[in-house]
Amino acid sequence: MAAKFQGVDFYDVDGLLSEEERAVRDTVRSWVDERLMPIIGEHYVEGRFPKQLIPQMAELGLFGANLPEEYGCAGLNNVAYGLIMQELERGDSGVRSFASVQGALVMYPIYAFGSDEQKRRWLPKMVSGEVIGCFGLTEPDYGSNPGGMITVAKETKDGWVLNGAKMWITNGSTAQAAIVWAKTGKLDDVNSIRGFIVPTDMKGFSAKDQKGKLSLRASDTSELVLEDVCVPKDALLPKSSGLKSPLMCLTQARYGIAWGAVGAAMACYDEAVSYAKNRLMFGRPIGGFQLQQARLAEMLTEITKAQLLCLQLGRLKDQGKATPQQVSLAKRNNVNIATDVARETRRLLGANGILAEYQAMRHLANLESVYTYEGTHDVHTLILGQEITGLSAFN
Amino acid sequence: MKIAVCIKRVPDSETRVKIASDGKSIDEAGVKFILNPYDEFAVEEALRLKEKAGTGEVVVVALGSVAAQETIRTALAMGADRGVLLQSQGLPPDGLETAKGLAAELKDAGFDLILFGKMAIDDYNHQVGPMVAELLDLPCVTTVAHLEIAGGRGTAEREIEGGVEVVEFPLPAVLTTDKGLNEPRYPALKGIMAAKKKPLEVKLTAPGPGALEIIALTLPPERQAGKIVGEGSAAVAELVRLLREEAKVL
Repeated sequence: MAAKFQGVDFYDVDGLLSEEERAVRDTVRSWVDERLMPIIGEHYVEGRFPKQLIPQMAELGLFGANLPEEYGCAGLNNVAYGLIMQELERGDSGVRSFASVQGALVMYPIYAFGSDEQKRRWLPKMVSGEVIGCFGLTEPDYGSNPGGMITVAKETKDGWVLNGAKMWITNGSTAQAAIVWAKTGKLDDVNSIRGFIVPTDMKGFSAKDQKGKLSLRASDTSELVLEDVCVPKDALLPKSSGLKSPLMCLTQARYGIAWGAVGAAMACYDEAVSYAKNRLMFGRPIGGFQLQQARLAEMLTEITKAQLLCLQLGRLKDQGKATPQQVSLAKRNNVNIATDVARETRRLLGANGILAEYQAMRHLANLESVYTYEGTHDVHTLILGQEITGLSAFN
Repeated sequence: MKIAVCIKRVPDSETRVKIASDGKSIDEAGVKFILNPYDEFAVEEALRLKEKAGTGEVVVVALGSVAAQETIRTALAMGADRGVLLQSQGLPPDGLETAKGLAAELKDAGFDLILFGKMAIDDYNHQVGPMVAELLDLPCVTTVAHLEIAGGRGTAEREIEGGVEVVEFPLPAVLTTDKGLNEPRYPALKGIMAAKKKPLEVKLTAPGPGALEIIALTLPPERQAGKIVGEGSAAVAELVRLLREEAKVL
């Protein structure tokens, strides 16, 4: 039987969760222990996304779990959704990314900006994993500045013609459908940005995996090229309007990332504690040395703070009160501390810490991507700076 | 097919258990409780039998404290139709008293099968299933590792020392389930949400004191750390020496 992860809960945060929230967390936790942990190290080293797990993830109901039941989704609250992300990323950031993209970046925009017909057509197939989606916003030359995008959509008699390129697209080569963001007006008009559901088998659409990644190796990252891709009129997400639409999707995904990072940090801390107690040096466990104790005390402190941050953010989100800036604070803080926890665990493990047999270095390498994607750490700093001062550092 | 599954709330085997100050019970503070793993096989088998038949009802029954409602909801989340909690102040140490409480609930309720896990992982008693069978005057097959039901009869396989025993029995019957019978499903997220809306009846019950009393509960002695004497063939001589001189087993 696979070892069971016991979690990290120094402040009885469990006591603040409902029975359903704990049940959801425990189901995903057992699934990760039994199905993901035994294979993740190998997939990471080989640079393969564990595709075979998609049907199981769908059966558990992990995709778009906080969207309504009428489309076949689980209809969970945002705290339960966050706990799913936490547990998945306790396994691996790449697997959490897969679920984040499917739920927050593909199903959410269809739910929020799509027509009833689009919702009925796409969402049930995405819940069941029959259709995998990807989200095309970032471009080779427009990362932190998505409003500068040069992908365009021209309206024709029968529909739209899309041209452009997208980069760093999670699930890009696996997806059957891409949510593509493009300008429908002049290149300097960010208000003309609209979203399109583009089936990836359309003529002129191609996806190529980006090779040579040293991070998120158990996740597919691709470049999308759209060359005169003709889509029908109903490919347009009718309620999408301007740059704020994709940014709303990112707020959903960033919320999940804030929770996910806690999961990665908990996995590393758990590994650090167990190693510190068992590894003998100079005739005693290294956990008895002050330097290692300081490391562990820091980790536990930061994890506990991050857990409480997420939980309150989730409660606010459930009340409809969470702001994008609050989500930025949580994403920025939690990914940062998770990266620190992973790095300190890696170091505490000494030479063993560089092996794929342990988790710390895999999480550390992954978290460097998480630190950079969905709004870099620096961009979130500037979002908070603007919120505090009322002065924008962007323009 | 109407199937009852009797389940128990037990401490997670991975939880580090502390003995309470009375020296004869466990301190429940901070302990995580789960559905007894052997009972999961019973719930899964009941669900599969119902799904195969295309019709029927799976009822989970637990005797225990109010907290066992959460355990019942785990089984409801897996797919059981309704739950009954025979709510008592704790569990009697004498399995016969638990069996009497369950038997009174199950008697004349028209169940074709009554399933139990072969044992609870907290007390290792293996008692309650067979006792309920006896109290209800029903046939009982324990540690079932494979099960077929057809035409009002059942065939069960039991893994015994060095082989497999095949047993045939008429319905209704009481069975206890072993590991290997099936692979229990995870409670899916939709199931967890649906479980809240399924009926869970609570009936107060007061089991008798029974004949047994727990007078002491102690933790096993702490295990000594192992010793690695070396690697490869070079270590053999030292290993043999230690086995002979220290462990004195050679």
